[in-house]
Amino acid sequence: MAAKTKTAKAAFERHGLTDEQLIAIWRTMLVHRRLEARGFELNRQGKIPFASAGEGHEAVQAGAAMAFERGKDILVPYYRDLGLDLGIGLTPYEVLLSLFGRAADHSGGRQFPHHYASKQLGLYTISSIIAAQTSHAVGAAYAVKLRKEQGRAVLTTFGDGATSEGEWHEALNFASVHKLPIVFLCENNEWAISTPLSGQMGQPNVYKRAEGYGMPGVLVDGFDPIAVYGAVKQAMDRARRGGGPTLVEGKCYRFLSHTTDDDDRTYRSRDEVNARRKDDPVPNFERFLIEHGVLTAEAAEQMKSSVLAEANEATDRAEAMPYPQPSDLYSQVYAGPWEPWQ
Amino acid sequence: MAVAASTSKILNNVEAVRETLYEAMKSDDRTVILGEDVGNRGNVFLITKDFVKEFGEERVIDTPIAEASIVGIAVGMAMEGLRPIAEIQFADFIYPAFNQIVGEAAKTRYRSNGEYTCPLVIRTPYGGGVRGALSHSVSIEALFYHVPGLKIVAPAFPADVKGLLNAAIDDPDPVLFLEHKKTYRLIKGEVPDGHYTIPIGKADVKKQGNQLTVVSYGLYVHWALEAANALEQEGLSVEVIDLRSIRPMDRGAILESVRKTRKLLIVHEDNKFGGIGAEISAMVAEEALFELDAPIRRLCAPDVPAMGYALPLEEEYMSSPAEMADAMREMVRF
Ligand SMILES: Cc1ncc(C[n+]2csc(CCOP(=O)(O)OP(=O)(O)O)c2C)c(N)n1
Ligand SMILES: [Mg+2]
Repeated sequence: MAAKTKTAKAAFERHGLTDEQLIAIWRTMLVHRRLEARGFELNRQGKIPFASAGEGHEAVQAGAAMAFERGKDILVPYYRDLGLDLGIGLTPYEVLLSLFGRAADHSGGRQFPHHYASKQLGLYTISSIIAAQTSHAVGAAYAVKLRKEQGRAVLTTFGDGATSEGEWHEALNFASVHKLPIVFLCENNEWAISTPLSGQMGQPNVYKRAEGYGMPGVLVDGFDPIAVYGAVKQAMDRARRGGGPTLVEGKCYRFLSHTTDDDDRTYRSRDEVNARRKDDPVPNFERFLIEHGVLTAEAAEQMKSSVLAEANEATDRAEAMPYPQPSDLYSQVYAGPWEPWQ
Repeated sequence: MAVAASTSKILNNVEAVRETLYEAMKSDDRTVILGEDVGNRGNVFLITKDFVKEFGEERVIDTPIAEASIVGIAVGMAMEGLRPIAEIQFADFIYPAFNQIVGEAAKTRYRSNGEYTCPLVIRTPYGGGVRGALSHSVSIEALFYHVPGLKIVAPAFPADVKGLLNAAIDDPDPVLFLEHKKTYRLIKGEVPDGHYTIPIGKADVKKQGNQLTVVSYGLYVHWALEAANALEQEGLSVEVIDLRSIRPMDRGAILESVRKTRKLLIVHEDNKFGGIGAEISAMVAEEALFELDAPIRRLCAPDVPAMGYALPLEEEYMSSPAEMADAMREMVRF
């Protein structure tokens, strides 16, 4: 966030976003953070076996989600994209069903948390296999282009570590060959579990690789949701117009351990992590919106309590829902009933 | 099985694949073909020759040489409502796509609880006896038949090729469609005109007999038939079952035959350890052990990485009709 001004209602680059949209972005960031924390709490309480953490990714995800056209675009995310999923319409209740592994979860309690699948939202099913989703996104973008669907684009996301996978390179290459309507968004949090960026690539800028594929590469501050929106919106509009793919890199940071099963104290110092907290996008964006007169301090507090209430209500409701039945293990292997021996 | 037209023509396996793909492209504009050299050249075996002229390069896609994404992109197309037919130029080069086939395509329906599906066909030429050396002759079926969520077919006769390829294209789940290279132009047969399907998972008794059941698929079905027919002259009666489908497999057909002949020989070109024959042997042992009059026998390739380029190294790896006849004779007389 560039603006450090104290002047209320001072002008700032808002990329056409209305006050309502700015507040919606902030609310998505709040819900994202609250639900990630809920995942960790439930894990520590012994109520769920596993949760991942997106703290530090709120701005890049909420900003990108605002550039997604609901009911039209396609999102092919990765496992750390809870904020993006929320930003395109996923509800806290669905998130809690996923965390608890309940039968009503999108995967029927089969998948790790935050692996959703909703045709209604345009949200593709993903595995946990790093970068495998990027070629699916390219295939979907090919279909959109083949059918000459106007004004529709695909957004696919991944971490910095994912950009080392061969499949990631194949996806960008093919998208460029066919000038597909797709945006590749890298959420560069500087870590891939315990491997720092320097162990992942010979130079630290993912966006620079775009040139090698023949597409624009855009660098954006991933802690600034407005800037992210601006960059992703421009790239999505370009894709929707038939202008081809773009690689956007949002630089952010992972404040917590990789997942509840990881302990980041084993590979990075508290000093490093604490020093980065000054960039925490959730309090920073709140302050920014208040300073610029978009939000009042009272409204902000109200919003926080309503988000907490919503999270609590979703937690109680989802926890009360049943697990899948043992017999559910056997459904949806193929269409129809199934035996390997006929 | 849809009723086929009463007319038919003689085609080889290449022509059967070609005709079926052509009809699929013609009848459904959601169908796309993607792979290396499928457009400009029309596939290395000329299976899709001139398709690009008729259907355009948007639907007959010459991809970069990138097998993982050939399948991955096809998975995305399938999830988005197209009916992709992906080609891996030779089965020997399918390994980079293992991730997408096993980790993604086979689990799409399951992991989304049916929200997304993956109606995808992956065609690939496989098999040896064509002086293909280490990297143009492998069998890959055993690497994939362990995987729930996939279907695998390996027809040997032109009419089966057409019926099963149509079934694979119509299928709502991913199907690996294996085409034996040596049978491509060698094997000719009558193929009904018009659209028809053969159900995936149904074997076919290609020759009746009552002293021994031989189960095989692909090129070796033809060699087993040659051997079994020769043994008729010696008064030996051998039944030959063509599996046609490897996953699912036709338990009923195998058991019915074995219960009649009381002896089972499995022949396949792929190596023995952990091969398709192992699963068939286990199933028959579980279901019909005490109805057998002889131990189950498997005649398969040796446990070496691949057949060689030099003729003796290829011949040593491959079986032959004569070797099959010897095994059949021994088993009948056991
Ligand atoms: C193909 C594959 N290899 C390894 C893993 C194990 N793994 C899970 S997350 C991860 C790190 C990914 O880092 P990055 O892409 O930067 O994403 P981040 O988790 O930082 O958001 C690894 C190695 C995996 N899920 N898939
Ligand atoms: Mg990372």
